[in-house]
Amino acid sequence: MQTLIKVENLVKRYARRNPAGGQEELLALDGVSFEVLAGSTLAVVGESGSGKSTLALCLACLEEATSGSIWLEGKDICKVAEKERREMRPQIQMIFQDPANSLNPRWRTLEIVTEPLVLRGGISRDEMKKQVYALLGRVGLPAETAKRLPCELSGGQRQRLAIARVLALEPKVLILDEALSALDCSVQAQIANLLMELQGALGMTYVFITHDLGMAAHLADEIVVMNGGRIVERGRAEEVLREPREEITRRLVAAVPRLTRSPLAPIGR
Amino acid sequence: MASVLEVQELHVSYRDGEGEERAALAGVSFDLAPGEILGVLGESGSGKSTLATALVRLLAVNGQITRGAVLFEGKNLLRAAPEELREIRGGRISLIFQEPSLALHPTMRAGEQVYQVLAAHGTSGKSALREKTRQIFAMVFPEEAERIARSYPHELSGGQRQRVLIAQAVACGPSVILADEPTASLDPTTQMEILGVFRTLREKLGVAMIFITHNPALLAGFADRVLVLYGGRVVELGPAKVLGEPRHPYTKALFQCVPAGFGGNGNARKARLPAIAGESSVSALPLKGCAYEPRCAERMDVCREREPELLSVNEGHSVSCFKYEK
Repeated sequence: MQTLIKVENLVKRYARRNPAGGQEELLALDGVSFEVLAGSTLAVVGESGSGKSTLALCLACLEEATSGSIWLEGKDICKVAEKERREMRPQIQMIFQDPANSLNPRWRTLEIVTEPLVLRGGISRDEMKKQVYALLGRVGLPAETAKRLPCELSGGQRQRLAIARVLALEPKVLILDEALSALDCSVQAQIANLLMELQGALGMTYVFITHDLGMAAHLADEIVVMNGGRIVERGRAEEVLREPREEITRRLVAAVPRLTRSPLAPIGR
Repeated sequence: MASVLEVQELHVSYRDGEGEERAALAGVSFDLAPGEILGVLGESGSGKSTLATALVRLLAVNGQITRGAVLFEGKNLLRAAPEELREIRGGRISLIFQEPSLALHPTMRAGEQVYQVLAAHGTSGKSALREKTRQIFAMVFPEEAERIARSYPHELSGGQRQRVLIAQAVACGPSVILADEPTASLDPTTQMEILGVFRTLREKLGVAMIFITHNPALLAGFADRVLVLYGGRVVELGPAKVLGEPRHPYTKALFQCVPAGFGGNGNARKARLPAIAGESSVSALPLKGCAYEPRCAERMDVCREREPELLSVNEGHSVSCFKYEK
C-alpha cells in the first residue's frame, strides 16, 4: 500500500480574546505530522480540546492551517492555488457527528444527494436521478426515503444519508468526525458495518476522529493519540491500546466503558 | 426496606400532529430502594426520556399519563396538587439532564445558580443559605470550590458544568435523583469522573438514583440494578450482573453490538459487528404481540399472537420473553 495523505508539521493558531481584554494565542495544532496509507483507517483519539477536531477541519480544507503541509497524492493542499484546491476538495470529504445539523432540513433526500452531482456536473438529469437511487441503495436506504425530509428519518438513516451525499463526489478520503458518537449502540454497529463495507468495496481511506477507543480499536489500522495539539503516541491500533506507553493514552484506555468491569470505586475528587 | 419510589403500570402517550394517540410507555413497573442506583437502558424510541419526565409530571404538552401510579415515599405523584409537586421537584426528587450548557443560566455565576435552588426551597435566612451553598460546592468540587462558584458557565469545562448541575440537584438533600443521559456529551475520562462523583454522593448522602443511558457499558461497575426498556416496555430487570449474563434476546443482541475491542476476545478487529437489523422507532413497532418480535433472532409463533409478561428467571431478575415461560 502506498501513502495517500502525508501531513507535515501542521500548525494551527487561533487568536482569542482573554478575560482581561487582550489578545491571546491558542495553539490548537502544534506541529502535527503523520501519514495515512491508501485504503486504511487511521483513528485519531484524544480528550476534548486535544486538537483532534481542528485537525479534521484542516484536513477537509474547512480551516486553513497556519503553517505546515498536507500532501495528497503529491500536491500540498495548503499551498496550491484556490482554483486547484477547489478541484481537490471533493477528494476529501467529511462526515459530522450530528447528521441532523449537517443536512438541509427543508430539502428532501433526493435533493440532498443530487446537489453534489449538480456541482460536479457533466451528466444529464436522468442520469443523476439514476445515480442518486444507486447511492441510496449503496448505503442501505430504501428507495422511498428519496421523498423524505431529514426530520422524517431516524438518526441512523440520517447518517446513512450524509454518507450517500459524500459518496456522490467519489472521495478518496473520508474524515469521520465523531460520526458514530451521537448514535445508539445498535445503530453504531450498523453504520460501522456500512463504513467497513464501503471501504472494502471502494478502497476508501478513513480518518476516524473519535473519543470512543473501543470503536477506534475495532475499525482502525493505526491510531494516533493527541494531547495539547501534539501527537503523543502512534502505532498499530491493537498495540497502542494494549500496551499504552504514554500516561494520557493509559488514562484514555482506562476510561473506556466496558461491559465487564469490576465495581467502580467512589472517587473522592 | 421500603422502596423510596414505586412505579406501577405507567402508561404514557403522545398526541401526534394528526391528533392520534401514540403510546410511549405501555405499562412500566419497577421500584427503587433508598440509596440504590438503578440504570435504565434504552435506545431512541424506547421511552427512556418519557419515563424521566413522566415520573415528575413534566411531560410535553402533547404528552399524557393515561394509567398507572408513581408512589414517592407513599404518596401518588400523579394525584399530587401542583404546589405539592413544586415542593417535591428539585427538593425531594431532582433532575439532571444531558446538556449542562442548556440547563444553566449563561449570565449567572455558578454559585448563585445553586443558591437560587436553595432559596426556592428553603426558609432559612440569606447567610445560612450562603453557607449551605459553600458546603455543597466544597463537596462537589473538593478543589477550587470557590473559583468555580464565582465562574460563569462559559468559563467552565463540560465536566465542571455537569458538576454544577449535580450541585444544584443535591442542594436540597433529595432522596431521588433522576439523571437523563447526564454524561452523554462528555469525553470518556470526564464521563468516568462524573460517574465517580455520583457514587461518592450515594455513599455520602444515601441518595437513590435513576440513571438513564443508551450506553450499556457505562452501567457496568456503576449501577446496582439494570432495567432495559424496549418500545415503552420493560424487557429485562435485574441485578447488575445482567450486564454480563443478559437473558432477553434484545439485551443479548444489544450487548453484542458493542465492539469487544482490545483485550477482549470477542469479535475480531475489522470484522462485521453483529448489528440488530431494523429500527427501534415507535412507528416500527408491531400492533400485536411482542414489541421486539420483528427484529428478534429467536422469535417463535406465539410472539406474534400476544404480548409476553415479565417472568422471574432468577431471584430479582425478570425477563419478558416467551422463551422463559414454563
